[in-house]
Amino acid sequence: MTALMIDNVYKHYGTLKTVCGVNLKVQAGERVALLGHNGAGKTTLIRMILGLTPISSGSIKVLGTVPGSRLARQSIGFLPESVAFHGALSGREQLRHFARLKSITPRMADDLLDRVGLSDAADRKIRTYSKGMRQRIGLAQAVLGKPKLALLDEPTSGLDPISRHEFYDIVRDLANAGTAVLLSSHALTELETRTDRIAIMSKGKLVADANLEQLRQNARLPIHVKVTTTPDHADRVAHELGGTRVNGQSISLTCLQNEKVAVLGQITAFGEVIKDVDVTPSSLEQLYRHYSVDNQEGM
Amino acid sequence: MSVFTISALELIIARRNMWVATSVILMGLFTAVLTLAGGAPTGTLSVDPLTIATTSITTLSVYLIPLIGLLLSFDAIAGEAERGTLALNLTYPVSRIEILIGKFLAHLAVLAFAIGVGLGLAALLTIWQYGPADLSFTPLVKLFFTSLALGAAFLGIGYLVSCLVRQTGAASGIVIIIWLVCVVLYDLGLLGALVADDGGSFTKTIFPWLLVANPADAFRLINTPVASVSVLASGIGAAGGASGLAGQLTSLLIWPVITLFLAWLAIRRIEL
Repeated sequence: MTALMIDNVYKHYGTLKTVCGVNLKVQAGERVALLGHNGAGKTTLIRMILGLTPISSGSIKVLGTVPGSRLARQSIGFLPESVAFHGALSGREQLRHFARLKSITPRMADDLLDRVGLSDAADRKIRTYSKGMRQRIGLAQAVLGKPKLALLDEPTSGLDPISRHEFYDIVRDLANAGTAVLLSSHALTELETRTDRIAIMSKGKLVADANLEQLRQNARLPIHVKVTTTPDHADRVAHELGGTRVNGQSISLTCLQNEKVAVLGQITAFGEVIKDVDVTPSSLEQLYRHYSVDNQEGM
Repeated sequence: MSVFTISALELIIARRNMWVATSVILMGLFTAVLTLAGGAPTGTLSVDPLTIATTSITTLSVYLIPLIGLLLSFDAIAGEAERGTLALNLTYPVSRIEILIGKFLAHLAVLAFAIGVGLGLAALLTIWQYGPADLSFTPLVKLFFTSLALGAAFLGIGYLVSCLVRQTGAASGIVIIIWLVCVVLYDLGLLGALVADDGGSFTKTIFPWLLVANPADAFRLINTPVASVSVLASGIGAAGGASGLAGQLTSLLIWPVITLFLAWLAIRRIEL
């Protein structure tokens, strides 16, 4: 089932176009990362999905209904970019309030406080919370009542590495239970293994929308191969492979995806001389730069 | 019901922010002082001591209740818009009018509690001083409900400003100016116009309506026995007669409705 369908959506403020003709679908149980520079239009897109900002043209369907409708809001969980709460309330009061707004029993709010690791601080005022703890409350309210669609804007900012790990565990469980997840982030390395699909926005346009493998193939970015040899043979190997000597016994070379197997065969043919081989495919960071920067130059 | 969920949360916040305590202490302190001090000059006159107390309290309430109303409400929408909690709340299945009404009910409850404590204290002190016999509590009940209506009108004005400005700092400045205009400058202006007109057509036709159009003045007229009005002498007395109780009540009741309606229009226009 298509949880979110974005069809040729535009948003302009006067002559300023912030979102230009975006098409994107997110299926139930799918995790999609939305990447882009600051000001690429990610947050505007999310606000339109939420029904907070009117769409200039095109259409968005949340579970088949209009953004901002009661059904849509009942089924959406949202974690804003810099989440804030009233400091005079305790975490438990705030979360129970949100549970009541969604017609969910307050007990589920208490369970979630345990899940995000806030059971000890639940009855303290939110103004005494650290940024990470506030972010956890934010996450807890976003996954309250198992939403059909979760929109997470910069969800891991302010979280330490262990908390990030726990966060992605929660997101994985959500997706496994059938929630469609759209999350935007700048922390590219952590998204690589934790999302099913990557959408890249640049200057209001969607410049890429595919899984990591397809992005790599389309980008045709070079693969880095690092070969370690015995010291005596480094020069000969470097010469025959066409790579460059890095230090006494390492050689660095690059090749394209379709040449990879051939190059590896060439290397193993050297036999005993080769001590180690490292193959690094293009990282999401390089891919991201490739897609977003190339698009900007083309404009 | 989302409205009551929002009210419940708003009441917790009002309690934590000391708004409840501040309002109650202000009202309680001033009414107690006025009740105790108000009785002194009358001595053994045959005027109902509670009437004297309510007259003094009315004069005070005209200043105090609009102020409390505006202080409770100026941050209601602007503060949430600034923090970003308004946007988050609106992603839940709750409408903007429900948020507005929810907050209004909570703030009205705070006002009712503060006014109730103040007037209750006035009644108790009067009974303690003069005994329960021969006291008429009708003016006190009238004062309670009209105070609430006056407070509601200024709550509405506060929400309207809060929606339009969307910045807490600016909103607080603007409501103080509004307060000053409504309870002080408006009357001074009318007084000046009266003096300049010197009993002409303005005094007889337009002035009474201008006076009652201000909810603070309508409140003052309702709760002040005509005989005891001596400050503005014939002017206010004539005005009270011209607009009548119906006019005054209409003014007091229509202001909360109009300002809340305008605040609703304003909150609908906020693009997040």
